[in-house]
Amino acid sequence: MIPELGNFSLILAFCLSVLLAIVPLVGATRDNALWISLARPLTAGVFVFLSVSLMILTYSFVADDFSVQYVAANSNTMLPLQYKITAVWGGHEGSFLFWTWMLGAWMLAVAIFSKAMPDAFVARVLAIMGMIATGYTLFMLATSNPFDRVLPLPPADGSDLNAALQDVAFIMHPPSLYMGYVGFSVVFAFAMAALLTGRLDAAWARWCRPWANLAWAILTLGLSLGSWWAYYELGWGGWWAWDPVENPPLVTWLLGAAMIHSLAATEKRGVFKSWTVLLAIMAFASSLLGTFITRSGLLTSVHAFATDPTRGVYILGFLGFIVGGSLLLYAIRAPVLKSEFGFGSLSREVFLLANNLILVVASAAILLGTLYPMVYQAISGGDLISVGPPYFNTIFVPLMGLLVVLMGVGLISRWKKTSGRYLVQQLGKVAIAAIALGVVIPVLLTMDIPLGTIGVTILGLWVVFAIGKDIALKTANKPTRGAGLKSLPVSYWGMQFAHFGFVLTMAGACLTSIYSIERSVLLQEGQSADLGRYTFTFEGISPVQGPNYIADEASMRVERDGDLLRYLYPQKRLYTASRTPTTQMGIDGRFLRDLFITLGDPRQDGAWSMTLYVKPFVRWIWIGTLFIAFGGILAVTDKRYRRYKTRQRAGQAPQGRTIELGSAPEASV
Amino acid sequence: MKNLKLYIPVAIFVALALTMWRGLYMDPRTLPSMLINRPVPEFELRTLELGDQLASRDHLPDEPFILNVWGSYCLPCLQENPIFMAAREAGEVPIVGINYKDTDDAAREWLDINGNPFALNVVDDSGRFGIDLGVYGAPETFVVDADGLIRYKHIGVIDYRIWDEEIMPVVRALQSDTGAEP
Repeated sequence: MIPELGNFSLILAFCLSVLLAIVPLVGATRDNALWISLARPLTAGVFVFLSVSLMILTYSFVADDFSVQYVAANSNTMLPLQYKITAVWGGHEGSFLFWTWMLGAWMLAVAIFSKAMPDAFVARVLAIMGMIATGYTLFMLATSNPFDRVLPLPPADGSDLNAALQDVAFIMHPPSLYMGYVGFSVVFAFAMAALLTGRLDAAWARWCRPWANLAWAILTLGLSLGSWWAYYELGWGGWWAWDPVENPPLVTWLLGAAMIHSLAATEKRGVFKSWTVLLAIMAFASSLLGTFITRSGLLTSVHAFATDPTRGVYILGFLGFIVGGSLLLYAIRAPVLKSEFGFGSLSREVFLLANNLILVVASAAILLGTLYPMVYQAISGGDLISVGPPYFNTIFVPLMGLLVVLMGVGLISRWKKTSGRYLVQQLGKVAIAAIALGVVIPVLLTMDIPLGTIGVTILGLWVVFAIGKDIALKTANKPTRGAGLKSLPVSYWGMQFAHFGFVLTMAGACLTSIYSIERSVLLQEGQSADLGRYTFTFEGISPVQGPNYIADEASMRVERDGDLLRYLYPQKRLYTASRTPTTQMGIDGRFLRDLFITLGDPRQDGAWSMTLYVKPFVRWIWIGTLFIAFGGILAVTDKRYRRYKTRQRAGQAPQGRTIELGSAPEASV
Repeated sequence: MKNLKLYIPVAIFVALALTMWRGLYMDPRTLPSMLINRPVPEFELRTLELGDQLASRDHLPDEPFILNVWGSYCLPCLQENPIFMAAREAGEVPIVGINYKDTDDAAREWLDINGNPFALNVVDDSGRFGIDLGVYGAPETFVVDADGLIRYKHIGVIDYRIWDEEIMPVVRALQSDTGAEP
């Protein structure tokens, strides 16, 4: 009975979404205040009924209701409670419900935090998000309903959650990834509303920016957690595989990064308007494409079970409607959006444009590499090929290097026009210092001439020094340094944190690929193996009994230069319900290096195969992404995004007044 | 004319969407038509068994056999191994392994640990032979007849159902053909 209530609630959410997609939009076009005012209550209704559905599905998991097919497929009585809850988004149907609920949450947030915007504009934004919600709820009801039952004979016990997903990082990874993904629908809806009304000014950009930053920051966390999960759970010693499933979020992330920078120029200088809108469409389209790719089985089906093409056809139809429709609207309406000002050939605008070009080229290249096997197969009629990491690395690494070089210049350059002499003057010393230290430090540390490391160090120091120089320049006119630092806006600090984090991530990725070493060994009890400065001794194996698995745990003594460092305990687990073996890594993580052991299989003579890894700097990758996400969220908290709201409230301004306030002059950034 | 370029994004998207729509109806497991009834491509490669001597098509069995692309890094291959071991013990059909993009040491260790169902292991460490064969990744399995023609191909892991219902019927049909011929 209770799952039926969940289903009913989902149907209600669908009906309200349909109303939300139509009524406020018509109201806004006809200037009908009553219909416009329905947008916010309808949004709240959609969110409430999606929440009820999600709670009921969660309840079915917690109560072990195996008559619900989705629960039977993804849970088990022995599964620990926290994994029963995360199993809600562990499979296809549930993750869609969760995703749609996230969309509802973003819609509700827009409805609540949009008091400063004209009601007709908010009505359009919410109506467009209502269309997306309609598509997703209909998809669930039509092809993948999480409340489908197995009646009259439900299984006695479930077949358990995919063993690799029973993990702490996985509790957090999909929610943050989905939340970031879905957040781009907000900016997309803003862009569509701007196209519909033809009004895209500084005020519009200012409304958009916090939402874009927030969605992007959360997506950063989601990607980072995914990579972290792959690193320590899948046990192949890597952190990014250019896998068709992980590429689409990266494409969205890159396009989102481009959009954030383009939005800054749109707000500050009234330029790149139609480009910003196109980026907003592309970023959201790529998030839908990501859904399509992972959920239709288009690219992953080769080594998976046969998939049902109806789902794919449905998502593709939805994709065609939303993306095709919005791009068509863009083609028709974009001429309305004219840039207000020109800019010089050396200016911050130009460097932002270069940044955008690099990011878009990088995302196009990744998308091409991801889709190429499928396109090739569709054209040639059956042949399969694969595109591997060498392709992605060859394209991605030089582009990111160029991006980092330009990042330093872009930071120092000024809006509208910057003289070449000014740039040379300000950046000359920065460049010399970065090159000098970038060569000296690696040479002294390694007593060698490691060219790759030198390149990475120079680029990293270049940006770090440029950030320092920019802060010094910005505070130079203030009486004291302290007062100067305080006078810088929060969003400026957010930007610098994010830039620093990006460089840290890039440096970590490069250095770890240069210096990582690994070794596969067969060890008998008491035997040891050397890797770099470390000695690993196998001190025996003992059985471990987990709640829903049994495991063999190896005891590994790790020594550095002969001194005991610590013990590591890698496990080989067998999940009893699904009979799936997994490995649990033994990891010693430090700021400068990780030690990493994966346990293989035993041989008849009692020796165990295992792989040992030393991975220097690998942690920088994730620490850097934390900086990026923190910077993005910090920028959202800047009070200038809220200033207009308070001003309006104080003056009881009529609706629509805020538009005029949009052209108020602003500090840089 | 100037505004026509604004239609480029939507045109690109339509092209992409049409390709994807077609892609949805592609069965990734179907045999590439160019390989049906064609001989196994020529090769001169090392093996795990024969030391310095290079193997070629002459070293393949002259009865119907199975060609399995595997690697020590490949988890599904581990799943297939017991099926192949059973087939070897029962003498059902000879199986030739292609050790694909692997290292010899890792491959030997894997065979030591898990058992070696293969009559011969051709080493394709560069993946070059795999390209000639149209290999997408390990595991893949071919059924080859007594004349060295590829008669069936399966992409992905083989479980008992696929083995009993798809692979072995083809093998038995080929074996009875050969038996009737002399």
